[in-house]
Amino acid sequence: MAVIEAEQERGLANAMVPALGRVAQVKKETSDTFTLAVEPASAEPLAGFQPGQFSMLYVFGAGELPISISGDPQERSRLVYTVRSVGKLTQLLVSRKPGDVIGVRGPYGTHWPLKAARGKDVLIVAGGIGLAPLRPAIYHILRHRADYGRLIVLYGARSPRDLIYRRQIEEWARLPDAQVLATVDYGGVAWHGHVGVVTGLFRYVRLQPFHTVALICGPEIMMRYVIWELETRGLQPGDLHISLERNMKCGIGFCGHCQYGPNFLCKDGPIFPYHEIRSWFGKYEL
Amino acid sequence: MTIENVTDTLREHPFLQGFRPDHIDKLAAMASEVRFGKNELIFHEGDESSFFYLLLSGSVALEVPTPGRTVRVATLGHGEELGWSSILPSTHVKQFQARSLEEVRALGFDGERLRHACEEDYSFGYALLRAVLQVVASRLQATRIQLLDIYSPVSSKA
Ligand SMILES: Cc1cc2nc3c(=O)[nH]c(=O)nc-3n(C[C@H](O)[C@H](O)[C@H](O)COP(=O)(O)OP(=O)(O)OC[C@H]3O[C@@H](n4cnc5c(N)ncnc54)[C@H](O)[C@@H]3O)c2cc1C
Ligand code: FES
Repeated sequence: MAVIEAEQERGLANAMVPALGRVAQVKKETSDTFTLAVEPASAEPLAGFQPGQFSMLYVFGAGELPISISGDPQERSRLVYTVRSVGKLTQLLVSRKPGDVIGVRGPYGTHWPLKAARGKDVLIVAGGIGLAPLRPAIYHILRHRADYGRLIVLYGARSPRDLIYRRQIEEWARLPDAQVLATVDYGGVAWHGHVGVVTGLFRYVRLQPFHTVALICGPEIMMRYVIWELETRGLQPGDLHISLERNMKCGIGFCGHCQYGPNFLCKDGPIFPYHEIRSWFGKYEL
Repeated sequence: MTIENVTDTLREHPFLQGFRPDHIDKLAAMASEVRFGKNELIFHEGDESSFFYLLLSGSVALEVPTPGRTVRVATLGHGEELGWSSILPSTHVKQFQARSLEEVRALGFDGERLRHACEEDYSFGYALLRAVLQVVASRLQATRIQLLDIYSPVSSKA
């Protein structure tokens, strides 16, 4: 018994040791959001990932935080993260310079159901920084275009200045086999796109219930409105997949910090089919 | 557009879903096709409400001019209506300005004639005001969501 426990402890200790990553590039997306590309800083390669998974990034001397991987899953030489500075750790992370070393654990968590979505239309709805964990799914679908039906991307942000990946969105919007619409809550006269809440974009898309899988990520309040709208349009709760956020510590289902109903978000999530968590969704005391 | 074409177009228009055929005919008799070039001001803030439009193609921005800059607060496109306040009594003035973002085609209705038609035929008036109320309700809902600032990063439990 003692041997098994010692083994388990050793396994846990190993799982908590981060690999070393060197920041290769930092790109400013908006006034508070930056995209960092991280390459292995030692001979050990960084692990590959599935779209939607996250890493625990360690800012040495300060602490660790969960950040979704936002790059191309096919690209093996680096991991890409898009970080919005909201507090101490994210501020420290976005002020890393090329050459700086950070710790990287993972990837962890569940991923977008891209296998199950084969043959169906894929609707992607993102709000704000929520486009970051969805971007790997878009890369995947564009790379395996024949495996999927229509690709619809609806993206909302507060203002044109808050849109991330702006050039890339424009490129996707030009693709003949994708419908990509961005909207902002308010804009100046230089903005020629949609103005209005992200749910307002649904009137421009034709959704086929039972033939559409929706992948949704953004602040919870936005996802709530999106889910209402999609259920009204006949999509089934099992076809709606959402990515949730809670504070995390270990990232591997050990500390209980990220408990959400009967689930641990780091290991059972962060991506859930909506029907599995609908009784807890929107209850903020959880 | 012939009157038959106008009737067909109105029948297909999402705003008029559920309208009775005789109500559609009544609207068709009052409709005139209008076009606006790109970047044209369709109405100004403070204008007395006059025309009600059903948009057929192109998109329109609702804007609020403020000192130094103009803020776009909503865009409307095919299948939507513009200028619902023209159905209200004529003391009502526009609270936004509307600008075409590209070439816009619409069916326009004189607000006063519409009001008249509503007074004369209550069942038509009820159908029209119910459709307008639906639009107003969904715009109110959208405005509330905008006020919630749903993209701010404080919605999760931290
Ligand atoms: C699975 C997962 C994936 C994530 N992916 C990303 C990502 O790709 N990019 C990214 O920028 N962030 C992401 N986050 C959120 C990120 O981990 C937090 O923003 C970060 O931990 C905050 O730490 P801090 O020290 O900077 O802020 P704190 O000092 O801890 O908090 C500062 C302020 O930010 C708010 N805050 C804290 N955490 C969050 C949160 N999770 N969401 C919203 N507001 C928060 C607090 O309420 C507080 O007002 C993810 C979180 C999870 C759980
Ligand atoms: S973060 Fe420790 S259990 Fe999820």
